[in-house]
Amino acid sequence: MLVRTEGLQKYFKIGRGQMLHAVDGISLGIEKNEILGLVGESGSGKSTFGKTLIGLHPRTGGKAYYEEQELPPKFSAADHLAYSKNLQMIFQDPYSSLNPRMTVLDIVGEGLHIQGQHSKSQIKDEVAAWLTQVGLNADHMSRYPHEFSGGQRQRIGIARAMIIKPKFVVCDEPISALDVSVQAQVINLLDDLKNSLGLTLLFIAHDLSMVRYVSDRMAVMYLGTVVECGPSDEVFFNPQHPYTKLLIESNPEPDPKAERARQHASIKGEITSPINMGPGCRFADRCPSATARCSVEDPKTTKISDQHSVTCNLFD
Amino acid sequence: MSDMDDAYKDKILEVENLNVEFSTYGGVVQAVRGVNFSVGRGETLAIVGESGCGKSVTVQSIMGLIPTPPGKITAGEARLRGNNILNLPAKEANKFRGVEIGMIFQDPMTSLNPTMTIGDQISETLMVHRHLSYADASAKAVALLDKTRIPEAKKRAAQYPFEFSGGMLQRAMIAQSLACNPSVLIADEPTTALDVTIQAQILELMSELQKTEDMSIILITHDLAVVAKMADRVAVMYAGQIVEMGAVDEIFYESAHPYTMGLKEAMPSNRNDRAKKLTPIEGSPPDLFSPPAGCGYYARCPHAMKLCETKQSEEFILSSNSSHFSKCWLQHPEAPKTDGLFQAGDEHAS
Repeated sequence: MLVRTEGLQKYFKIGRGQMLHAVDGISLGIEKNEILGLVGESGSGKSTFGKTLIGLHPRTGGKAYYEEQELPPKFSAADHLAYSKNLQMIFQDPYSSLNPRMTVLDIVGEGLHIQGQHSKSQIKDEVAAWLTQVGLNADHMSRYPHEFSGGQRQRIGIARAMIIKPKFVVCDEPISALDVSVQAQVINLLDDLKNSLGLTLLFIAHDLSMVRYVSDRMAVMYLGTVVECGPSDEVFFNPQHPYTKLLIESNPEPDPKAERARQHASIKGEITSPINMGPGCRFADRCPSATARCSVEDPKTTKISDQHSVTCNLFD
Repeated sequence: MSDMDDAYKDKILEVENLNVEFSTYGGVVQAVRGVNFSVGRGETLAIVGESGCGKSVTVQSIMGLIPTPPGKITAGEARLRGNNILNLPAKEANKFRGVEIGMIFQDPMTSLNPTMTIGDQISETLMVHRHLSYADASAKAVALLDKTRIPEAKKRAAQYPFEFSGGMLQRAMIAQSLACNPSVLIADEPTTALDVTIQAQILELMSELQKTEDMSIILITHDLAVVAKMADRVAVMYAGQIVEMGAVDEIFYESAHPYTMGLKEAMPSNRNDRAKKLTPIEGSPPDLFSPPAGCGYYARCPHAMKLCETKQSEEFILSSNSSHFSKCWLQHPEAPKTDGLFQAGDEHAS
């Protein structure tokens, strides 16, 4: 395992003594050169998990490991410097994640500049090389972010993360702000980089079809917990957890005949906020198969095959 | 259905040769360049295309929501049951918008007034258009919220938008748009901001209400999966023009424009064919400050011919009932055969 968590927790204080349990006991591992997809509704804690994993949020509890070394619970400036060489992030919003007052050269070259091992001209050459690699023009380095389209900015964000040749990258909804035709460009680019650099990725998205397409394994999150995890095709075509089943039933596909044949059993209710969570399964109030036991007893994780696990009382 | 409606059964709303431009410091953007379509009673027409293709501007023009200036409808007509509704003064326009044609928007959080309760926003519509008293309008507002399956509608009507979740706000906006029993509902990316589970709920609610209220829906979206789920007919827009239009099955299974093909191939399918790489559409849409003389898709099209650069294609009709057309020279009888693309003379799928 290149990256691994054990019971990772991240709570936020939201005033009046209340705690928001954004990530509540997640144990996941990612093998080298693997893409793990993380899906779930907004508010399920996907981004918080990604950020806590690489130290952008201090964690509340649990452990996180990189190359089997434990990461500090709260990163100091020196930790950030040491670990950001290997742990990087591509952010969701290509509009707000680039400093509008910095040129592309400064944005993309900042990582190398901070590492302090490259001269200015070396940084410039590297930036030029990376801009070309992500499909932009090297002449664009003197421009500012506002001069680019959403897809181009996302590529700048990718070049920024990749230039220091990290081992592990958290991609937080890297394509959700992009048009369909451009999404495919970015996905193919990530795939090429994964193969050429031997990268390991945590791919966070809410588009199930895309996550299935991109990732080797897939984990489904609900209110701060992972409810199902397994090889992507297995989870997608043979979902076990009631939540995963409903999620996949709700996911329309670009095929009118299949849509007409679809059983309409759409999920009831909405995701709540994980504030001051008590015991019991967090999906119990929306679950069609819930029993009295589900609202009092924490579900246990059951392995249904070598790699496929479900956290649900039905499998106990 | 009255006799009046019967006469316009196939064309409740008809848009003809719509042209819209915006004056900016950089020049004049020709956002919509000659769009024609019509919507029949009880039908769902989906308009698909990527950002900037003019799909939202098209429906905003119909509703009289284009800010003038900078925007200007330079040519065309939109007829609601035969009467032109474009370029009307606000007083005239208010007789049909929100009454005959309802509209819901992509971002319910910013489309509703944050300082008014949800109930009051819906009753306002009823008081203005239907001249109901506040008490009657408020009671009807609660009934409308109930109709869109908002739990505890009475309590919710007294709440403000910030107390609602995104999905609930979209339901409230649908309730508001239904207040005056419109015959056409325009939905501009109604589920783009929502999660798949909530998207499924909202789309199913829309389909149900369409049947019970006997409404036509114009659905603007960029998501082909949503189109497949909802649409009877589809118009594919690119660079301010409709490049292909047809019944939903024709668009998906007999795609006849390279852009439609490109959109389909850029999306992962849900089949077990993981080896297939996604095929992106390289490049970006043309600059509509100075739209190309020829086909707008020329620069990105894998099948582009010399002719395409200089001359716009006519609309080649591909089905016997003339429902399906493609604005592409590859449909010309003398054009080369192209793999994967449906061309005139090909066998129909069904």
